[in-house]
Amino acid sequence: MAGPGGDMQWCFSQVKGAIDDDVAEADIISTVEFNHTGELLATGDKGGRVVIFQQEIENKSQPQFRSEYNVYSTFQSHEPEFDYLKSLEIEEKINKIRWLPQKNAAQFLLSTNDKTIKLWKISERDKRPEGYNLKEEDGRYKDPNTIMSLRVPVLIPMDLMVEASPRRVFANAHTYHINSISVNSDNETYLSADDLRINLWHLEITDRSFNIVDIKPANMEELTEVITAAEFHPHQCNTFVYSSSKGTIRLCDMRASALCDKHSKLFEEPEDPSNRSFFSEIISSISDVKFSHNGRYMMTRDYLSVKIWDLNMENRPVETYQVHEYLRSKLCSLYENDCIFDKFECCWNGNDSVVMTGSYNNFFRMFDRGQRRDVTLEASRENSKPMQVLKPRKVCAGGKRKKDEISVDSLDFNKKILHTAWHPQDNIIAVATTNNLYIFQDKVN
Amino acid sequence: MVRTVRAGDLWITCQLVGNLRSGFYGTVDMSGDNEETQTTEETSMDEKEIQDKVISPEKSEEAKLKARYPNLGSKHGGPDLLRKRLTKGQKYFDSGDYNMAKAKIKNKQLPTAAPEKTEITGDHIPTPQDLPQRKPSLVASKLAG
Repeated sequence: MAGPGGDMQWCFSQVKGAIDDDVAEADIISTVEFNHTGELLATGDKGGRVVIFQQEIENKSQPQFRSEYNVYSTFQSHEPEFDYLKSLEIEEKINKIRWLPQKNAAQFLLSTNDKTIKLWKISERDKRPEGYNLKEEDGRYKDPNTIMSLRVPVLIPMDLMVEASPRRVFANAHTYHINSISVNSDNETYLSADDLRINLWHLEITDRSFNIVDIKPANMEELTEVITAAEFHPHQCNTFVYSSSKGTIRLCDMRASALCDKHSKLFEEPEDPSNRSFFSEIISSISDVKFSHNGRYMMTRDYLSVKIWDLNMENRPVETYQVHEYLRSKLCSLYENDCIFDKFECCWNGNDSVVMTGSYNNFFRMFDRGQRRDVTLEASRENSKPMQVLKPRKVCAGGKRKKDEISVDSLDFNKKILHTAWHPQDNIIAVATTNNLYIFQDKVN
Repeated sequence: MVRTVRAGDLWITCQLVGNLRSGFYGTVDMSGDNEETQTTEETSMDEKEIQDKVISPEKSEEAKLKARYPNLGSKHGGPDLLRKRLTKGQKYFDSGDYNMAKAKIKNKQLPTAAPEKTEITGDHIPTPQDLPQRKPSLVASKLAG
């Protein structure tokens, strides 16, 4: 892929997490998200915990700057619950984290599990007051008779303390499992989507939520599709999209009506009916939808491909990239081991020229839209020497396997990269394997 | 043959016995049952199948799946599958039974299950305490280590 001044090369920067192969379920990473400046990187896991890393830059002004992400804050966001009325266990797994744009000194993020969304405030404390009149330094109250003079307490520096506190809890609005949250560009509202409904919230109001999409049929026997992902347009505060398990994307305009059951646009690629198979619907199910930063395109991820859609053209995508087409002839076993239901996410780079998504065997793929080139890279401890350049990987679909290629049958389907994130401005990416977080940086020549 | 299948996100165990007619997904694919009768249409169907294998790897994968699970419905999905996905996480606990039992016994404690028991049977009413409690992670994330 060509970047400014030549080919872009990805180098290993850091890896976070335990090395041992025995992965505790709680440590499985379930979401990764950069904040709007890229200075902070948040991860959520199956154990309901959030870990935030902060970028510490050495000499950003130099062309060969090295940035390091170090732990900034970590907290337990959600706890396991049991809904006695419905006999449902509610997992504490963090499904999504979304950052709010920064308005003051503190940082805010929304984190959600299957049922409850929480707004967390992350604030720094680096000063403490000293010299109280009525209290000793250790907190004991002084005998008022011993106070002879008054002084003004002063703020003295202290070691940085980062505190996370839950500011809002948005609960009891979803009967089904929340799969997406998306902050509106108006910075006041956000949406949350479950399998059948989408709700609109105000960030300040927790006891009320507006339902804006409801696809639940009157008779559940008629249920044919579910909502798989939803997102607000990056600039138009009235527009949002939601994707379905049948491979369609609906764009809705909240100005049109209060309940957006009727879409403004329906994006669907026509399918050749003679090619239809048992697997067609499953592999067409969209696992992720993301608007481009410029708001003109959106990207969808289904099981085998990534598609770029022009918002002005509903009848077909403008670009289609095959992620791992060699899996088409393995669908039978992928169905049996349930991998066919894996939900891969996708992301754009800062200027919308490259898109990235994960695959199996800890491989991840990047597609350069302008150059029409793609690359497969691997996140592994074997390529984890500082600034080690990642070598492109190649999967051999069949026939003679060349040296350095890996055959389809040797792929480890337990090593899946479902979550990836791209720094909003720079070429820094965060790639989550099952329980490790890799950070790669492009080596600027 | 016991086959454990996950539909969507929910693990279910179902027993497929040779002659079981009701398809797992609620639709019955009758065409697969007529293996004994040889019809003239079969040869042309075979040809089509071979053609399909050449044209579409998907179709040949489908044929493989159907060969392994002849009772599979012709179409994946449908209301049963989605409903199972939507009720993920369901555990046995009947709040009605529980509250009725509590009301009957009034002040006395409800008989709780012995710790060794894994199955709750008979007169015992499951209580919230019986359900396997999922403790929150007390350990910090290893990413922060």
